[in-house]
Amino acid sequence: MTLFKKAAVVLLMLATTACTNPDRFGGNGGADGAGAGLGANGALAGSANDPASPLFFNQTIGDRVLFAVDTSTITPEGQTILNGQAQWLLANADYRAVIEGHADEQGTREYNLALGQRRANAVREYLVSRGVPSQRLQVTSFGKERPVQVCSNESCYSQNRRAVTVLSFSAITS
Amino acid sequence: MMKRILTLLVTLMLAGPALAQNGPLRLTITDGVIEPITFAVPSFQAETFEAQQAALDISRLVAQNLAGTGLFREVPAAAFISQISSFAQPVAFADWRAINAQALIVGAVNVSGNQLTVKFRLYDVFSGQELGEGLQFAGTVAGWRRMGHKVSDAVYSRITGEGGFFDSRVVFVSESGPKDNRQKRLAIMDYDGANVQFLTDSSSIVLAPRFSPSGDRVLYTSFESGFPRINVLNVANVGRQQLQTAPGEMAFSPRFSRDGRQVIYSLSNGGNTDIFRTDLATGQHMQLTTAPSIETAPSLSPDGSQIVFESDRSGTQQLYIMSANGGEARRISFGDGRYGTPVWSPRGDLVAFTKQNAGRFHIGVMRTDGSEERLLTSSFLDEGPTWSPNGRVIMFSRETQGAGGTSSMFSVDISGRNLKALPLQGGASDPSWGPLQP
Repeated sequence: MTLFKKAAVVLLMLATTACTNPDRFGGNGGADGAGAGLGANGALAGSANDPASPLFFNQTIGDRVLFAVDTSTITPEGQTILNGQAQWLLANADYRAVIEGHADEQGTREYNLALGQRRANAVREYLVSRGVPSQRLQVTSFGKERPVQVCSNESCYSQNRRAVTVLSFSAITS
Repeated sequence: MMKRILTLLVTLMLAGPALAQNGPLRLTITDGVIEPITFAVPSFQAETFEAQQAALDISRLVAQNLAGTGLFREVPAAAFISQISSFAQPVAFADWRAINAQALIVGAVNVSGNQLTVKFRLYDVFSGQELGEGLQFAGTVAGWRRMGHKVSDAVYSRITGEGGFFDSRVVFVSESGPKDNRQKRLAIMDYDGANVQFLTDSSSIVLAPRFSPSGDRVLYTSFESGFPRINVLNVANVGRQQLQTAPGEMAFSPRFSRDGRQVIYSLSNGGNTDIFRTDLATGQHMQLTTAPSIETAPSLSPDGSQIVFESDRSGTQQLYIMSANGGEARRISFGDGRYGTPVWSPRGDLVAFTKQNAGRFHIGVMRTDGSEERLLTSSFLDEGPTWSPNGRVIMFSRETQGAGGTSSMFSVDISGRNLKALPLQGGASDPSWGPLQP
């Protein structure tokens, strides 16, 4: 539960700084790798009590899963969160997601980029295994460039080794 | 005098071939302990009134460059017995011997409009001979530092018999802001941290710039699109374009081939990262590794025939060498811990790397067969070595720990001596040392 609270605090912090970072989808929302923005309209739409809202996805289900040192294995806790993410994505077919992989600072830059990709991909594969169409999911990695916690010990590192599912609203035309 | 000769003899016996001052002035750089060569640089002569400041500045810069290597020690002007009042005047060697200056550098500067010329002579004080011929360099008044660097390179080369590195530039990432929202932009500076200029803004994350062998272009990783992609930047006009890589979800860790016509890099797809090569003229791609593990940080040998890279195919990051066309790779790192970011030395004999062991990071070097590993540094987080053009000095990033941690750049001799922080404003990381300028 404390994880969700922390995530919510981080979300609020990020929401206030998001405007300084151009979004990868062309200029709104997004927190440049911190993984809490919403590409669609730059605001945290809806309410955490509305199961169809992105806020519900981010806060109630949980937008991120955490990893052990130098691994990309989805933990049992991670599976629970991803099961919820998959259900939500199946119920809200107008949303796509970019999964952003991150690493803690204990590693070289290039390796951490590749490790983050591995983590993001593990999340994508899990979501696809739960029925989410793969064309709605993209992966990227920020390596160690965007920690959410800044101390240099395991209490922060464990929060930074993460893969964050960042929603964007866009009807799929195909 | 007697004492000096004795000291010299003792030094010779202890250091063996390191200091060979029998005959011409010559410093052979070895990994042994060396006694620095002593030198005197009287202020260069100003041949015109306008040249006064430049003459002073250039002679100080030459002294700073030489002393900064740790291989030379300056005899301060306060010790001088005789003064140099003209560039052409015969040198009173006895006066310089008496103050134990082994090398004497005499110079003159002329300024006309915005044109600056500097000439110098290097004397071997104890043999009473000029070492090499007098040389002259011409440039602009604004570019006076380059003229000072060129004089320094010539002096360094004549005494060590090796190429210099002073008239070179370094491209790097300038950093500002807190750890969780760090702003990064590409910048370029002289080797000593002077003349910093920005090459990009900080609107998106940029990482690990790499100079082309001739110094005209820079490859780097950009998050402009939200996904890591490789850009090519033209240093002269800062124009940039995305490299058309083989298809992949992420492209990063680029380096030019020695002829500047090809780029080797990492491409990630489906959680797997491999090494690819793209020809800039034809746009053709070639996949060089196929393992399901992480293969990244490729660096070519100086002759272009081999690539050293890191891979976690054994379970942890280790260093491997393969042919430049891919194929079977042999592991070269076998010590404790993890090894990453290998960089082949300009001479071809060594690989510099980042090592992680027991919670510490090190910059180290090893021979290309993995033997003679030596760690040069140790800290909370050292990474990303780059070689000076002559292969004698390594520059790297050092990040301090904790919430207020910042990154700065350091240089160290491959002997492990002379560790120095670059004097820069603000944070800096990911240096790439360019070639000697023409």
